[in-house]
Amino acid sequence: MSAHTDTMLYLDGVSVAFDGFKAINNLSIIVKPAEMLAIIGPNGAGKTTMMDIITGKTSPDAGQVLFDGRTDLTKLDEAAIANLGIGRKFQKPTVFESHTVWDNLEMALKKPRGIFSTLFYTASEDDIARITEILETVRLIARKDELAANLSHGQKQWLEIGMLLAQDPKLLLVDEPVAGMTDSETEETAKLLREISQTRSVVVVEHDMSFVRDLGSRVVCLAEGSVLAEGSLDQVSANPVVIERYLGR
Amino acid sequence: MLTQALFRALDKKAVWVIGIFLAVAILVPMANLLIPPGQFGHVPTYLVSLMGKYLAYAILALALDLVWGYCGILSLGHGAFFALGGYAMGMYLMRQIGSRGVYGNPVLPDFMVFLNYSELPWFWLGFDNFWFAMLMVVFVPGLLAFVFGFFAFRSRVTGVYLSIITQAMTFALLLAFFRNDMGFGGNNGLTDFKDILGVPVQAQTTRATLFAATAITLALSVLVCSLIVNSKLGKVMVAVRDAESRTRFLGYRVEYVKLFAFTVSAIMAGIAGALYVPQVGIINPSEFDPANSIEVVIWTAVGGRGTLIGPIIGAIVVNLGKSWFTTTLPELWLFALGALFIFTTLFLPKGIVGLWNQIFGARKTVAAGDQPEAPTPEQSADIERGEDPSSFGHEAQPKPAE
Repeated sequence: MSAHTDTMLYLDGVSVAFDGFKAINNLSIIVKPAEMLAIIGPNGAGKTTMMDIITGKTSPDAGQVLFDGRTDLTKLDEAAIANLGIGRKFQKPTVFESHTVWDNLEMALKKPRGIFSTLFYTASEDDIARITEILETVRLIARKDELAANLSHGQKQWLEIGMLLAQDPKLLLVDEPVAGMTDSETEETAKLLREISQTRSVVVVEHDMSFVRDLGSRVVCLAEGSVLAEGSLDQVSANPVVIERYLGR
Repeated sequence: MLTQALFRALDKKAVWVIGIFLAVAILVPMANLLIPPGQFGHVPTYLVSLMGKYLAYAILALALDLVWGYCGILSLGHGAFFALGGYAMGMYLMRQIGSRGVYGNPVLPDFMVFLNYSELPWFWLGFDNFWFAMLMVVFVPGLLAFVFGFFAFRSRVTGVYLSIITQAMTFALLLAFFRNDMGFGGNNGLTDFKDILGVPVQAQTTRATLFAATAITLALSVLVCSLIVNSKLGKVMVAVRDAESRTRFLGYRVEYVKLFAFTVSAIMAGIAGALYVPQVGIINPSEFDPANSIEVVIWTAVGGRGTLIGPIIGAIVVNLGKSWFTTTLPELWLFALGALFIFTTLFLPKGIVGLWNQIFGARKTVAAGDQPEAPTPEQSADIERGEDPSSFGHEAQPKPAE
């Protein structure tokens, strides 16, 4: 019973199959509050499907998914889960391209999401200060009035991370955050995520091994929908099964 | 809160549009009533009614633009809401005929006497009261849109599928209203109106007043739409159009956002129908024809969707063309309309407003973020395929990871 208390995210025995293909097979993962977890694994290991299950896009066939030790996520839809405090950054950067950088953040900012409170919303001083602060953190302050469509790939990634911050979530799910980034941007991102993980739980899915090393967090290697190995990056990458199935010899 | 929202709504462009239509609401009736016929500047009464009709169409196009241009819901059934509003107004006008009908029945309209009704059906009760009828003009289309939208959006029906069921909805209503037992005059619809609010419908002053009312309503509709699209909710609507599931992961209830836009839009369409009926003097089931709803889509596309002025221009220009064609070359009109749509899709993806911006906006240095309401170029290509941009991926369009 006490297994899931003191956890931010608790997956136990989760399975999901698409047309008979088991994308996730008896997967169990625990993320503690203010902990960072990096997930690695070959393509098709079920990393994105796992995120879909956590965020309510896919419902599992079996298993338990608990948030904050008590909320059953399998019963909720995407919007409800997002409002509980789970933010997600997608593999392909998805920002609202026909809006300005500022508006992207304003929409993401944690505020009442109801129709009429949104209709009559006016940014307060605090909101403006918060958005400005996030813009500085993600280094987009100079481009705040530009359409998000005009940003480079890396900048879109940063904007999306900024949108995550604006949502003020308790748990961040970050799918391949450094794809398309230069080496220095990658380093900055690792630094930023480490900072975030001081106060929030972060789950990062990434292929870039040097980035995962920079994160310095606990690592889980997935393969064929279940956990292959778990531990520090060195332990995991020394694991013969992981070398066999993922890293290659 | 509300004042700030109003202030936001009255941005530079919207103020101009509202100002123009308020001026039109005063000037055209004045030119009709005060300048004697034959003198320069006189606007003949038939022209006043014709322009009134165009402005009612403009409100309808604006209503469609709110859901299509801003929220990505391609409704092919907006004519249904327009017709329902029109029928509510028509029922009021029928009840005003009183004993002046052919059969002279003080309560029952002629067609009911003809069909051997002994008493007024329950749903006709209260329509002798103007304000009750006006309430129904808003309520009936609004309720239909709310119920329809609630189920459609909750079940996440999007894109062409939604377009098809909106079309099925208007077609079902077309068939229903054709039936004599429905109690709405069947095939012939409602016509032969006499009075509105105690004054003759055909009178010159009434026609001028109806025109003014339509122009003012159009100005108010622009204000309401401007209030919505310039608010954060308007930004969320565009976000839903461009990347629906991403918006959902931000915590917005996409189905409610769509339901709000759809219902507001249906109410606007209903009001447009109510203003249209007394000016043309008839409402019959052909208003539910799916082809009518598709024509509204063409007006909006031609004018420029995703802008407030575009659909108004489109409705007026296309209908001017229609009036000209149907008098001079009636058999060619549908070909011209089809050609116009293809031309717009291929060469003017952003419509007339887009062309204007291209010619005059190019000179200005493109100030960043200056055109938040312009749709991205990729979306316009979707008109061609009859798809609604929110549902079908495009390489350059934001789409969430699977």
